[in-house]
Amino acid sequence: MSATTTGTKARARVQRASGGRTWGSPVVYFLALVLVAVMLAPVVYIILGGFRTNSQITTDPSGLPNPWNLGNYADVLSGSTFWQEVGNSAFAALVTTAGVVALGLGASYVLARYRFRGRGAMYSLFAAGLMFPMTVAITPLYLMVKSLGLMNSLAGVILPQIAFALPTTVIILVPFLRAIPDEIEEAAAIDGCSRLGFFWRMVLPLSVPGVITVGILAFIASWNSYLLPLFILNNEGSFTLPLGVQAFASQYSVDTAKVLAFTSLSMIPALVFFSLFERRIVGGLTGAVKG
Amino acid sequence: MSDTAHGHPSGSSSARLMPTGGSATAALPPVGSPRSRGIGWRARLEIAALSGPAILVFVAFVIFPVVMAGYYGFFRWKGYGRPTDFVGLRNYVTILQDPSFHEALAHNGIILVLSLVMQGPVAIALALLLNRKMRGQSLIRVLIFVPYVISEVIVGTGWSLMLASNGAVNALLRSWGLGGLTQDWLSDPSIAMWSLMIIITWKYVGFAVILFLAGLQGIPEELSEAAAIDGASYWQVQRRITLPLLGPTVRIWAFLSIIGSLQLFDLVYIIWGQYVSSTAGTSTMATYMVTNGRNAGNYGYGNAVAVVLFLISLVIALVYQRFVLRRDTDGALTGSAK
Repeated sequence: MSATTTGTKARARVQRASGGRTWGSPVVYFLALVLVAVMLAPVVYIILGGFRTNSQITTDPSGLPNPWNLGNYADVLSGSTFWQEVGNSAFAALVTTAGVVALGLGASYVLARYRFRGRGAMYSLFAAGLMFPMTVAITPLYLMVKSLGLMNSLAGVILPQIAFALPTTVIILVPFLRAIPDEIEEAAAIDGCSRLGFFWRMVLPLSVPGVITVGILAFIASWNSYLLPLFILNNEGSFTLPLGVQAFASQYSVDTAKVLAFTSLSMIPALVFFSLFERRIVGGLTGAVKG
Repeated sequence: MSDTAHGHPSGSSSARLMPTGGSATAALPPVGSPRSRGIGWRARLEIAALSGPAILVFVAFVIFPVVMAGYYGFFRWKGYGRPTDFVGLRNYVTILQDPSFHEALAHNGIILVLSLVMQGPVAIALALLLNRKMRGQSLIRVLIFVPYVISEVIVGTGWSLMLASNGAVNALLRSWGLGGLTQDWLSDPSIAMWSLMIIITWKYVGFAVILFLAGLQGIPEELSEAAAIDGASYWQVQRRITLPLLGPTVRIWAFLSIIGSLQLFDLVYIIWGQYVSSTAGTSTMATYMVTNGRNAGNYGYGNAVAVVLFLISLVIALVYQRFVLRRDTDGALTGSAK
């Protein structure tokens, strides 16, 4: 850190000497370009690899597709495995998201706007959840899901995922709900709105940005989740995409090109989701980070 | 959170001060009074209805399993039926004497430190860069977060193909005439850890950037504008105003990063599998737990490892909260917990 600061100091002097604020532009764009290239290169490698044949990959692992070969993608897309796993992942992610938002919103509303004994304890309970990552609880969780008869069922993945997403959700949503001015609530009360009515008519619409943030985070976490499905889902029919990618990679370990095609197709949904809502995520976290 | 912000003591009094407009409001004299009277049965009911489901699910699927991990850890138990073979602390003694656990712990330590050192400065620089007004900014932002959004399995699969000894990275080096630099990136124990760190940095730096950007957006522009009017340069503004105000966000990020490093499992397990990670020098406490617990069928032992992992994380987290996060009186984690 100190190296950086002395660097900036030196640059500040240069900056002051040269005056204006515009000089940085080309440098900034160049840096941004390099950065994007570094971040995207492995992803591009995976996507392009899917367009190559195995012999192309063997002779020149770092080359471009020549000629372009659509067969791998076509194979994956025409097979039933991929679509079934997409379905499983989508179902698990959507139900997890809905559950996290519904439960998280209720708890956060209570924490943000009711005054009762034990509220501090309740917040601490959820906040402490940040220190109980799934890794620690995975074995008992697995045994519990097994005794509930939920092995190989998506419900066995969804319920724990909701539970483990609650701490982040509560921490992000509480500041949001608290920021709604008391005056609005008082005005609503004067107009004869009960507190639950206030919740439905005012709080829900006003908390949409926060809800979107936690919703996306929950969706992506569920979409990418690996450890829990690894323990809970053992038969191929119930596999979600991450397990599917791994199973596919070991089943077709010699067919690198096909593995790459499968892998690149499986990252599309999360990417689309994220790019649609990226702005909202940053906006939603702003409240939480500032406390 | 201060309690004064929450109370509604003024609720009923301001309601009374309002001219009673119509018969509708007049017919409901105790408007707002359930609130001011503290907790009525109705409010209790609302609290229970709204927060009950969340608490139930949370306790059942987070707290209960963690507690059970502590219980199972005292048994030698293969996972069938009830644990009966009580062995006291013997599992813990075994763990603490096992050299491969020591190695895993050391790897976690290395990962923890290197994650902070490698990601922190880079992420701050990136966030400052992306916080400038420039063309194509939103596109760049989305692109930089791509690695964070794609799953560990995809990252692991892609990188292990690229870093394989006959993979793309070595081929690229050879074609650039740097054949001497080719390495056994994943299996050479003196290099594997660095490969892992590069992958981790690549994957998670986007998350740090998201947090920092959010933090930067919370800093009022007036401050930097005022400083600029007073003649401060861009770099001076960043150093004297932006960075100090970004402090709380950085400290929260560091906290999350530390916890994440201690719990690291997915990437290592996917790239190195359950056996190779220890010979390649990348095993972590979590991979040790899964390998020696569930995969070996020793559920009691696995749970004991989980407890050790948890206690280590807890101690580090508490120390961090006590000495670092405490400075942020209204930080998201500490302030609100009161």
